[in-house]
Amino acid sequence: MNRYAMSIDIDKCTGCGACMIACAVENNVPPLPQSNDRKGITWIRVFPVDNGEQGDTRQSAFLPMMCQQCDSTPCASVCPQQAVQLDVKTGIVGQMPERCLGCRYCMTACPYHARYFNWWDPKWPAGMEATLNPDVAPRMRGVVEKCNFCHGRWHAAKEQAASQGKREAADYTPACAESCPTGAIRFFDLLAGTPEAGSFRLLEKLGTETKIYYRSKRAWVKGLAEAPDGKEHHLA
Amino acid sequence: MPNQLIARGLKRCSTAQFALWVAPWFALLAYGVYAAGLCLVKGLNQTNMDNRFAFGLWIFLDLTIIALGAGAFFTGFLLYIMKMKELKGVIYSAVVIGLVCYSGAIAALMVDVGQPVRAWFTFWYPNVHSMLTEVTFCLTCYLTVLIIEYLPILLKNRKLRDVPSFLVFEFELHKLIYVLAGVGTFLSFFHQGSLGGLYGVLRGRPFAFREGLAIWPSTFFLFILSAVAVGPSFILVTTWIASKLTRKPLVKPEVLQLLGRISGVLLSVYVLAKTVDTLIWINHTSPNRGFAAWQYYSFEPFGTWILFLEIVGFGLIPALLLLSKRLRQRPAILVSAAALACCGIALNRFVQTVQTLALPTLRFDPFLSYWPSWQETGTFIGVIGYGVLVYSFSYRYLQLFPQERELAALPVVEEEQVLVER
Repeated sequence: MNRYAMSIDIDKCTGCGACMIACAVENNVPPLPQSNDRKGITWIRVFPVDNGEQGDTRQSAFLPMMCQQCDSTPCASVCPQQAVQLDVKTGIVGQMPERCLGCRYCMTACPYHARYFNWWDPKWPAGMEATLNPDVAPRMRGVVEKCNFCHGRWHAAKEQAASQGKREAADYTPACAESCPTGAIRFFDLLAGTPEAGSFRLLEKLGTETKIYYRSKRAWVKGLAEAPDGKEHHLA
Repeated sequence: MPNQLIARGLKRCSTAQFALWVAPWFALLAYGVYAAGLCLVKGLNQTNMDNRFAFGLWIFLDLTIIALGAGAFFTGFLLYIMKMKELKGVIYSAVVIGLVCYSGAIAALMVDVGQPVRAWFTFWYPNVHSMLTEVTFCLTCYLTVLIIEYLPILLKNRKLRDVPSFLVFEFELHKLIYVLAGVGTFLSFFHQGSLGGLYGVLRGRPFAFREGLAIWPSTFFLFILSAVAVGPSFILVTTWIASKLTRKPLVKPEVLQLLGRISGVLLSVYVLAKTVDTLIWINHTSPNRGFAAWQYYSFEPFGTWILFLEIVGFGLIPALLLLSKRLRQRPAILVSAAALACCGIALNRFVQTVQTLALPTLRFDPFLSYWPSWQETGTFIGVIGYGVLVYSFSYRYLQLFPQERELAALPVVEEEQVLVER
């Protein structure tokens, strides 16, 4: 049994986007040149945010967002055909594109906007197909997808552990955590460790029991976890 | 030469006039089929929906027309179960409206999903906790009931009545009508409610989320109440429009007034329930989830005016107008009040579907805007065209209004008698 989680140090995030690239490559996310800011697929997305002030008092930060892997999932309960499931053995919220109807009800239900719809057929530029990860199936047009903590890696780690006569997948780390050059993203098992003191989760009062923990020394960054306050906090 | 398909004793316009009337609606239907076809073939990238505005015009259309179509089951319930015989004059028209609304909504839903060929998965792998599963099951079953209810109306066609086995079939179906009315009422209560629950259960969207009774959020009950309140109003409005277009009375004024009174009483109860629900949501439900209700209305154009318009302008005012016997007797006021009530339900469904998605949930979220693409509006228009066509053909070739002959002061011709004489 595991309860996988992530801890993200916002103060360490430089917004370089390495996690987004690593995620897309690992999980065969198509490039979709025809998409825009709101139709693209980014299982992890680094949001540039600010404190809502102007001039000298303005401060900014980068906040990586992915599926928050809720224990009390708003999405799984609404899916009409059980294409979303919380795996109690790992704590990972899984998405089955093969069963997805594409109704997008789960996207409406998610307050973190961490779910993405395949508005187009997945296509890769000629020659780039060779770079596809054979452990992860590309998704077809008309279905929803999202971060699953690199499930392909989890399967590979399980297989490797099994070949060594072990039960637990010891060397399992999602691509984003592995690729972060500043070590801002830490992947861990809540049954074996705890998030750092002072960590917070987004929209805790909703009771979704997320497993992505954020931390920052700046009070305004912590405030971003709360409901909107009427100010603009997103960088254009 | 009289058209052999038109019932005896009924006056209808010439075929040429009818062709002129239906031609533009056929054009709209063709436009809609083309727009929907593009979405089906090329995908939902043809729409202006996106990952943040995952639902759009079509869901608004579905929720609104299903609520307006509630007149079908509720009129059937009042007539066959509650024995309000006066409503016999509009029951066939109500069934056609119900059929149009539900089949139109299901057609739009099939375009709205990314993988329509997987629709059967909902029946094969149903998630019993999902309101959408409940909606899918009830809508499918109720559409089947509506088709069965439509059959006796269809079999009233003059040509079809020449076939003796059809007469027997129609007679047998009539025996089932009480069962169908009961089943239809049961199914409709659930799907109207689960459409309300669709948004009411969204724990991650505090603007839409409501607490309630057991597994059902308050919107479950509010949607049922609002649909049964407005369903009769929509029957009233459509009957009045049909009457104006055909330049003849189709039902007795008392029937329309009765529909207005039913709407008025139920709308009053709904306005009261909606007000109480809104107060609980503002003071309890939303703040408990960390969201102050005032901030929802700080994003223009969705100010508090929209809440006021929904509850007072399109709720309380038409309810009061419809409750007054004196005002109900004035057709202009009666129809205007019913139309206001219909606008109210459309606004309520708009708020539930579109405003919910426009509002930010995260502090660093922007307020979102969405404008449907021509393919979305085209499909929407196509559904309207389809509805008008089905209603027009049904009116012309079937007997939608049993009181029409009587009101036209035409000699009543008993078709059965004619058949016997043959």
